[in-house]
Amino acid sequence: MAYRQVDAVVIGAGAGGGVVAKELAIAGMTVVLLERGRWVTPFDCRKDDLRNQRTSFLGASFGPDDDRHPRVFVDRQGRERVVRPSDSPYSNNAACVGGGTASYGAMAWRYMAEDFRMKSKYGALEGSTLDDWPIAYDDLEPFYEKAEYEIGVSGNVEPDPFKAPRRKKLPMPPLAPTREHEILKPVAKRLGWHPFDIPMLRNSVPYNHRGPCMRCRWCVGFACEVNAKNGTQNTVIPTALATRSCELRTDCMVKEIATGDNGRATGVTYFDARGRVQTQPARMVVVCGGAIETARLLLNTKHRLYPNGMGNRYDWVGRNLQGHAYPKAVGLFDFDTYDDVGPGAGIAICDFNHGNPGLRGGAMLANEFIRLPIHYVGTLPPGMPRWGQAHKDYMRRFYRRSIAVMGPVQEMPLFDARVQLDPRVRDAWDIPVARLSGARHPHSVEIARYVVTKAELWLKEAGAIQTWTQVPGLDLSGGQHQAGTCRMGNDPKTSVVDRNCRVHDVDNVYLADASVHVTNGGFNPALTILANAYRVSEQIVKERRRA
Amino acid sequence: MKNSSRRCFLLTGTALAAAGCGERKGPWRALAQDEVRTLDALCDQLIPADQDPGAHATGVIVYIDRQLAGPYRRHLETYRAGLAKTKRLFEQTPDRLAVCRRLEEEERPFFDLVLAHAMQGYYGNPRHGGNREYASWRMLGVPVTQVRGRNLYDLRKDGA
Repeated sequence: MAYRQVDAVVIGAGAGGGVVAKELAIAGMTVVLLERGRWVTPFDCRKDDLRNQRTSFLGASFGPDDDRHPRVFVDRQGRERVVRPSDSPYSNNAACVGGGTASYGAMAWRYMAEDFRMKSKYGALEGSTLDDWPIAYDDLEPFYEKAEYEIGVSGNVEPDPFKAPRRKKLPMPPLAPTREHEILKPVAKRLGWHPFDIPMLRNSVPYNHRGPCMRCRWCVGFACEVNAKNGTQNTVIPTALATRSCELRTDCMVKEIATGDNGRATGVTYFDARGRVQTQPARMVVVCGGAIETARLLLNTKHRLYPNGMGNRYDWVGRNLQGHAYPKAVGLFDFDTYDDVGPGAGIAICDFNHGNPGLRGGAMLANEFIRLPIHYVGTLPPGMPRWGQAHKDYMRRFYRRSIAVMGPVQEMPLFDARVQLDPRVRDAWDIPVARLSGARHPHSVEIARYVVTKAELWLKEAGAIQTWTQVPGLDLSGGQHQAGTCRMGNDPKTSVVDRNCRVHDVDNVYLADASVHVTNGGFNPALTILANAYRVSEQIVKERRRA
Repeated sequence: MKNSSRRCFLLTGTALAAAGCGERKGPWRALAQDEVRTLDALCDQLIPADQDPGAHATGVIVYIDRQLAGPYRRHLETYRAGLAKTKRLFEQTPDRLAVCRRLEEEERPFFDLVLAHAMQGYYGNPRHGGNREYASWRMLGVPVTQVRGRNLYDLRKDGA
C-alpha cells in the first residue's frame, strides 16, 4: 500500500523533532513523525540502577537495542572496533519517543550571548574550526521563552548577573533547596560568586496538567515515575497527535531521504516495525536524528548531484563532532551532606563561563545529580584501593558525606572529529553505520583543567576534609550532548545548512537538532535544541504561507 | 528448535527449570559448580564480610551467573580461563588476599571484569540477583523503599 503524500516528514521524535511536528501540525500541515524507538514509560526502566540511560551495564533501556544498531569507533591510536549502544564510546543518546528528553537530567539552559559569537570574541584558534553562529542570542530569545513556557521550566536565574537579557521570568519557582544546596550557597557568596537555582525542565508546582517532582533519587537517566519531568513525549508530541494532522510511527528505521531528478527531497524511505521497506512521500523533510544519526542519514542519501551525500558538496557533513568535556571535583566531609532528596543538582554558578584568563570560554558549574551507590563505587580519592576492606570502609564512611561539583566545558570544534559511514559494517537493515573518529582539542582540556580548580575551591571552602579532581583527556567527545556535525552558516563552503537550518543545496530539507550547533555553549544543550526547533518551525510555516 | 528454547525460557520461571532444560547441572545458569565456588571465594575477598554482609552473603555470585547467561555472555570465556587459574592459585596457598593481588597484576582484564561485576552485584538493584535484602543500601544508610519518592518538600518554601 502506498502512502499519500504529506506536507512534511519529521525524522526523529526527540527534542527537535517533537517540537517541529507539533508546530507544523498546529499550523495545519499534515505531518508524519518517524521514530526508530518506541514509547517508554517509567516501568521500562523501573528505577534500575544497572540498566538505564546513564548507566547501561545491562543494556540501553531507552534504546536503541544492542543487537541491531552497531557503530564503529576509532580511537586516537587508530584502532577501530565495533561498539554497541550500551558501550560508552557509542555516544548513545536514546532512541525512543521523547529521545533524550525522556530520561535526561532536564537542565534548561539558555546559552549566553557570547556563546553565539565565540570567534568574534576570542579570535580564531589554531587547529580548530571555531566560528560564530549565523544567528545571535537575540534571534533565539523569543523561542527560548516559548520553550520555557510550553515545555515547562522551573528555577530562578534572576541572581545570575552573567545571563543574557530575558523578557520574562521562568514560569515555575525552583524546588526547595537540598542540603548540598544549603551548604554550597553561602560558600559561593563568600567567594564572591553568584549562585542561583538551576533552571530545570521539571515541574516544581502543578503545570501543564501534571503534578510536581516528588524528589526521588532516580532522576537523570530514568523516566519520571510521576511524569513531572518535562520532555517532548509528554508535552508537544501529544499536542501534535491531538491535532489529528500528525501521525507518529514508531519502530521505523529510516534508510534514506528519497530524492527526485532535480535533487530535491520527495519523501523518506524507511523500514517499518515489521522490517518492510516503505516510502512516505512528502513535500518536505525535517531531520532531527541527533548529531550522529542525522549526519549518517545525510551521508547515506546519495544522488547524482551530490554523490558524497546530501549537503556534503564541500565535505562538511559529519565534521566538528563535539559534546562537552566534563571536569569534576569531589569533596569528602566530616558531616552528612546527603539528605536523600532528589533530583540532587540544584545550585549553579556562571562566573566561569567566560572571562577566564587566556582561555576561550569555560563552563557553568553545578553540584552533581544524586550518585546512586553503584556510581559511587568508582568515585575514589587518589590512592584509595578499588576493592577489599579499605574500599568497603570508604563506601560506608563517605557515601553520605561527599559532594561533587562539575560543569560542561564548551569545546573547541575540530574538523577531524567526525562521523563518517563505515565502509564495511552495516546495521540489521543493511544500512552503513556511523564511524566515529577524531579527538578533542587540547584547549578544551586546558579550559577544563582551569575550571575544575574553581569547583575544587568551592568544596574546600565548604569545609571538605579531602578533595580531588578528574579532568577528561583528549579522547573524542560526543555523548548525549553530541552536536555540531551539520553546522549552520552563511557560507555554503564552510557549513551544511543556512541560518534557517535549510540544507544549502536542497531547498526542502531542514535540520532541527544539535547537529546544526556551531559551538555548543558551556551548558547542557537541550533547551537550545528545543528553542531552535521552534525557530526553524516558524521559518518553515512562514515559507509555506508565502508559497 | 525455536519451540523448545521458548519452552525452556518459560520453564526457567518455574521450579521445574532444572528438570526441563536438558543440559543444566545444578542451580547455575552459566557457570559450573566448582567455578562458582572459586568465583564466590574471589568475590568475598573483593567485598569482605565485616559488621555488614560481604559478597558471599548477598548473592553477588547469583548476579554474576545470571548476567553471564544474559548480557555478559560475551565474557564467559574470559571468566572460564580466569577462574581456572584462580582455582590453581587458591590450591597453592591459603592466603587468598595474596592470590587476589597476584591476579590483579597478572590477569588484569579478568580481574577488572570480576571487580566491576562484583560491585554491580553488591551495590546494584537486588532485582538482578545480588544485594540480597538491600544489604549494601542499608549499610550506606540509603532508604530502601523502592516504590515512592521522597515527598519531603514544602511548596511554600521559596528556593531562591
